[in-house]
Parts: sequence; structure tokens; C-alpha cells
Amino acid sequence: MVNKLITEDTKLFMTGNETVAYAAVAAQADIMYGYPITPQNEVMHTWAKLLPKTGALFLQTEDEISAGFATLGGVVAGKRAFTATAGPGHVIMQDAMSMAEMMRLPAVYVVLARGGPSTATVIYSQQETTLAVFGGNGEGFRIVYSTWSNQDLYDYTIKSFNTAWKYRYPTYVLADGYQGKMREPVVCYDPASRGITMVPTDPYVRAKGRPGVDRPPCHIRNAFSVEEELLEAMEDYQKDFDRIAPEIEEYYTYKADDAEILVIAHGIVARSVVTAVDILREEGIKVGLFRPVTLRPLAVKPLREAVSRAKQVLFTESALGQLARICLEQMYGLTTPYDTYYRPGYGIVGEDIVQKVKQMQKNLVTT
Amino acid sequence: MVQILDIPPKQADAVNCEIGPSKFCPGCGHGITLNTLGFAIDELELKERSVFGCDIGCSLLAWNFMSVDSVQTHHGRTTPVIYGITRAVPGTVGIAYMGDGGGYAIGAQHLVNAATRNEKMMVLLVNNTNYGMTGGQMAPTTLPGQKTETTPYGRDIEAHGKPFLGPEMVASITDEKLNYVARGSVNNLRQLKTFLKRALTNVADGRGFSFVEVLSLCPLNWRTNNVDTWERLKEMESFYKVGELKVPEEVKGVK
Amino acid sequence: MARSRIALGGEGGQGVQAIAKILVEAAYLENKNVIYIPNFGIEQRGGVSIAFSQISDDPIGEAKFAKGDIVIMLSDRALERCAQYVDPDKSIVIYDTSVCETKPTFKAKDIIGIPATKMALEDLSPRVFNMIILGVIVKATGIIQVDSCKKAIEDAFGSKFKDKPELRELNFKALEEGMNLIKSPAQV
Repeated sequence: MVNKLITEDTKLFMTGNETVAYAAVAAQADIMYGYPITPQNEVMHTWAKLLPKTGALFLQTEDEISAGFATLGGVVAGKRAFTATAGPGHVIMQDAMSMAEMMRLPAVYVVLARGGPSTATVIYSQQETTLAVFGGNGEGFRIVYSTWSNQDLYDYTIKSFNTAWKYRYPTYVLADGYQGKMREPVVCYDPASRGITMVPTDPYVRAKGRPGVDRPPCHIRNAFSVEEELLEAMEDYQKDFDRIAPEIEEYYTYKADDAEILVIAHGIVARSVVTAVDILREEGIKVGLFRPVTLRPLAVKPLREAVSRAKQVLFTESALGQLARICLEQMYGLTTPYDTYYRPGYGIVGEDIVQKVKQMQKNLVTT
Repeated sequence: MVQILDIPPKQADAVNCEIGPSKFCPGCGHGITLNTLGFAIDELELKERSVFGCDIGCSLLAWNFMSVDSVQTHHGRTTPVIYGITRAVPGTVGIAYMGDGGGYAIGAQHLVNAATRNEKMMVLLVNNTNYGMTGGQMAPTTLPGQKTETTPYGRDIEAHGKPFLGPEMVASITDEKLNYVARGSVNNLRQLKTFLKRALTNVADGRGFSFVEVLSLCPLNWRTNNVDTWERLKEMESFYKVGELKVPEEVKGVK
Repeated sequence: MARSRIALGGEGGQGVQAIAKILVEAAYLENKNVIYIPNFGIEQRGGVSIAFSQISDDPIGEAKFAKGDIVIMLSDRALERCAQYVDPDKSIVIYDTSVCETKPTFKAKDIIGIPATKMALEDLSPRVFNMIILGVIVKATGIIQVDSCKKAIEDAFGSKFKDKPELRELNFKALEEGMNLIKSPAQV
């Protein structure tokens, strides 16, 4: 059992990467597997530094493929296991994530997105959204939380462990390099103090009892012999996913109710939208934010309602429309016109959105 | 009067008899290797502590072959899944079962690093000199001149390099006192069982990484009849030296 | 809405990130809302280093900002690189005249030249150059108290001060000298 470091509410001023490690300790994660890649390194550094106090375990593997699969090893052994990665590491880790999807294994993956494609920058982007949501050779049977602050990183890292183990789908905490490196105050707490009980992590292998005597031996696989078997599994997974989606979906809005221009953004970009909304509202421009917190499953109904109410929609992200694609598919049939403000791999600030919205507003007046 | 003796074949308790006939091709070496592993586990009474992981390729067909807890993984990724388990639950006897492609090609980095890190686990690698499940392509272990689907005119050393000497490689990066490394053959199951028992004991004792390669048969892809199949195995044995490369003092007594 | 956006640019090794960290720690000690993002690239060392800090009484939205209220440039390369964060009508620019051979050519609300490096070398110690800059920022922004700043310095270097108490005096003196370089808080 991992020792708790935080028993009463403690405000700490730390980076997002440190926050993830502290949150994983608070969630009583047993073991982290990881491989160095910027900008997530300090998650591992912090986790490793805390080991003497937590009594948890850590393994630095030979690459992200191994980190991803070893995490699943930890999971089947009944441990609350996780890993963190970014960019090209995230790409090769999809191999393991895809296996987790097929075997319904509840691992937690923290992704601090960096510039792409390829090596690109070690800094920041929102270009790993499609990969997080639909990566792997499958159907995106996974849960993806997109955070926008260090407090969010703390809250959702804890939450992701319970979501993963409760619903048995691999679960992502998707952030970015800015959040990883950014220092911001965080209120750390013991999940129990918020009424959060950690979902038990029962072992698949080496469970109690003698295999073949007290219980059947565990045989888990990701390969099927025939099409019919696969179809049946996929239909079951989809049915399950649709059933649990309403329990998991989360979104956040800011002054969206009467917004004529609705800005749709996720993660840290949504914070810049809040800044822009405040500036624009002072000037009398009715603008609001819709921020999907879960990118998968998406809160479709609230999204459609907010979009229906608006006269125009603006998608903004530090990528070329990865979030927009996910949303637009679910907005089929709605006639609200939309515009875009994309800055792949580049930080978007409030002023950028202010200018863009003002330009859109001119069109709104003339049309 | 003729008396018919009705003696059922001897089966290891660590082997799952409930699945009926195995899914391996007739004449394949996997079944006998796994049966031997089953006896080794039985004799050492390690069934409860063991976790068996199998790769992609023909080895995946072993996913329910054993009656020990089993995980089937991706191609080349059995080693990290198994050390993920043994790191999380020390004392587990982790067995990563794979073919020559899984261990020496797509998963070679895991074999090298698990060995150098001295992961407390065992890799059991079946060498049949080709990729069986995908239809008989060249493997890292394909013999010089051997015809495969991707070397239809025979493996050309100039173009494809020399066959991969796995146990020799593992022996060169591991520790005399901690690691067990051997190459066995399905030609000599008594010896293979001893090798497997020593490897398992070494892991069960918590000493360290153990590696056994098994020279095996693939008559379907080799396109050989019974006689030629065993002739081919002899050829392999003359190229790949059968025997022990590293034996820690403590396991020498294990027979 | 009192929010100070501070961009601090200099050469690697000038202690730009260390200065910003103490600054935001001090603000944090005052229970203010704080965000600090270091700029970071592929190079671990070298290149122009920029620290983006925001200190505010209200919750902070955007994590980064387009234009700084205060933009501090500690080298010629930083002058060039950080010009993009200067708002011609709103930003106060502070640069080190004893290091920069070029003069700012851009427009700003106010441009203040300070001889920080010279002061450190001649009057104090090259080791406390960053404290002078910190003092400059504290005075120019007026958003944090000097006492919290001293507390943050104490938190950061307490163990060093234990061994050599004279270091504490030197650092605090540099902080105050830095503050004296600025006449009054900038109107931001």
C-alpha cells in the first residue's frame, strides 16, 4: 500500500508535471513506468524523488513502447499503474493503448502534448488530440480528459484512476507542455476528504487461489480467430461505451447562455478564451465559451444546444482543427455558421481571440 | 488373447487439457516445447507463482494452452508486459514466450534491456528459423541459403547478414553469477526440461534474468516430410550450438 | 483588475528563470494568483531565455500573454527577441545599459535604462546581479511587497545563508539597490 503524503488540504505552488505526480500519489497509484521525453520528464522526476516517502515503485523502461506495455503488466497484476509521455513517445505508446482498449484494461496515461508532427518542438501544442482520442487501430474506446490548469491536473489525475478502473477503458489525462512546465498554486487534498473512494484494482493474474483448483486460470487475449467473434466484441464494447458515456461526459461553459458568438476550445486555450470573453463582454459583445472537458466521450447534447443558441461559432485551438473535427461530426444538421482560428503548435492568447471575434462580429452585423 | 492397454497420455498439470487438441499445425515444435515447460513447472511446483505471457506469431496460439495465468500481448511486447508484472508483484515467476521474430527482431530492444537490467523473469524463445504464422518469411534466425517466402532464392549472407545468435548475445551482456542462458532443442526433451527447470529456478530464487532458446520444427513452412523435418533440425543443431552458456552455481544441481 | 504581466528576457546563465521564480514565489506568499511559464526549447543551455510571469488579484485566464506590462531585457539578443512582447502604448521597457550595446528602436510607453551589471560588478558582487533585477521588478510593478520578496529569497537560499550570513545582507542590499534604480511604480 502506498503511503499518503497529503492528509489535509495543502496549497502548493508547483508545476503541472509535479502536480501530476502528487495527484498520482494521492490516488495511491502503486507504480509508474516511464521513459524520458520533454515536456513530461518532471512527472517521473517527482515520482522518483518521492519514492522513499511513498513506498511506491518506478521503472524507467527502454522506450515508450515498453512503458506502455509494462504499465499494462502492472495493471493485470492488480496494481494502480500509470505512465506519462508526449509527442513521438505518445505515437509509439498507441501500440499499448490499443491493446488496453481491446482487453478493456484500465490503465492511466498522462499526455503532455508537444509540437508535432515528428520531433517538432519540445514546447507545446494541441496536436495530439486526434491521437489521444482515436489513436491506435481501433474505434477510440477510451476516455479522454482535457485539463486547463494545474488544479485540473490534480483533480483529473485522481479522477482518471477511478474512471479507468470503474469502467475498464484506458483513460487519458491530456494536457500540454505549457501546463506541464507552468507553475501555479494547487490545492492538494486527500481524495477521501472529498468523498472520493478509490476503486479497487483487482488482479487479473495471480489472483487469490490456485489456478485450475480454486479458480479457473486467467486467460486474457486481444486476438480473435474469426470475424464473428470480433464483431460481437466490438458491438458489446460500443453498447457499453454508449451506456456509460452520459455518466462520464463533462463540459464547462462561460457566459455561453446568451452568447451570439460561441467559442469552442479545450485545454489551456479555453483559458485564453475566458480572458477574451471578459474583454469583449466589457465592450458589449456577446461572446461565450464552450469547453469540452471530456474529448471522448464528448458531451454532445449540451454542445448541440449551445451551438443552436449561437449565431456564429468559432473553433480555436493550437492545432489545425483536431478538436473541430471531433465536434463538427456531432454537429451534423445544425446550420450555425462557424469560423476557425488555428495556431498549430503555438500558444493562443486572449488578444488573438478578441481580434478574431471582433472581425466575426462585423460579419454578423452586415449579414 | 490380445489385451489393449488403455493408458492416457501423461499430461502436465500446468497444461490446460480442457481446450482439447492444440491449434498448432501437425508436427509443430510449439506443443512439445510447451508440454515440456508444463512438466518443468509441475516438478518445481511453480504453477501458482507463474504468469505466462505469449507474443504474436504462432506463439499467440498458446494463449490458453497453459493452465497457469496467461496474458497474450502484441508482437514483440511480451517481455515488457511480463516485467511490468514482475516489477509490480515481485516473486512472480514471469515467463515471456515468443518466437524468433518477436524476440530477435521486433522486440529485440526489450530482450537486450530486460537482460541488462537483470529483470527477474524468463524469456523462452522458440527458434524455427522463419515467421510461421505469416506464411514463412525470413527470420533473423533463417539459416544461410535457406529458402523462405522473402528469400525465395535462399538467404544471402551478403544481403541479409548472418543468422542471429540469441543466447550468445544474451550471454555476452549478462552476469556469470546471476543469469542462466541456454539453447535447447525439441530433439532432446529430457535435456530441454532440465534447461527449463534451471531457468525457472533461477527466476524463482530471485537471482535474475534467464533465457532459453529452443530449436524447433516448422514442417508446414519448411515444406518438409517427417524425415526431412528432423534432418533440418540436425542442420540447425550443427549451426546453432545446443548447450548451456551461463549457469549460476546455485542451479547446477537442478536436474 | 490588477494583473501584472512580466516578460523577462536574458542570456542563459543570467539567472532569468531564477529571478522569475523568486518573484512568483513572493506573490504566491501573498496569496495572489500566479502563473509562471519558462520558455524552453530543444537546447538545454544557451540561447535567449525568457520567463513569463503573471501576478493578479483575480483568477488568471490566459496562461501566456501577447504583450507585457513590464518587459525586461538583459542583453542585445533579448532586446531583439522580446520586442514582440512590447505594446507601443502600454508596456514599460527596462533594459540593462551596461550590457546592451544597442538601444531599443521600438516604441513603448516608457523605456528605462539601468546599469545593473555595472552596479553588480563595481559596487556589489556579480553573484547578486539577479537580485538587482528582482528589485527593479518589485519597484516597477508595485504589485508585491518587498518583505514577501525577502521571505521568498530566504526560502530559496536559506541553507546558503546559514553557512554565510553575510550573503543574506549582500542579497538584500542588492535587492534594495535595484529598487532604488526605479523612481516610482510604473503606471500599468
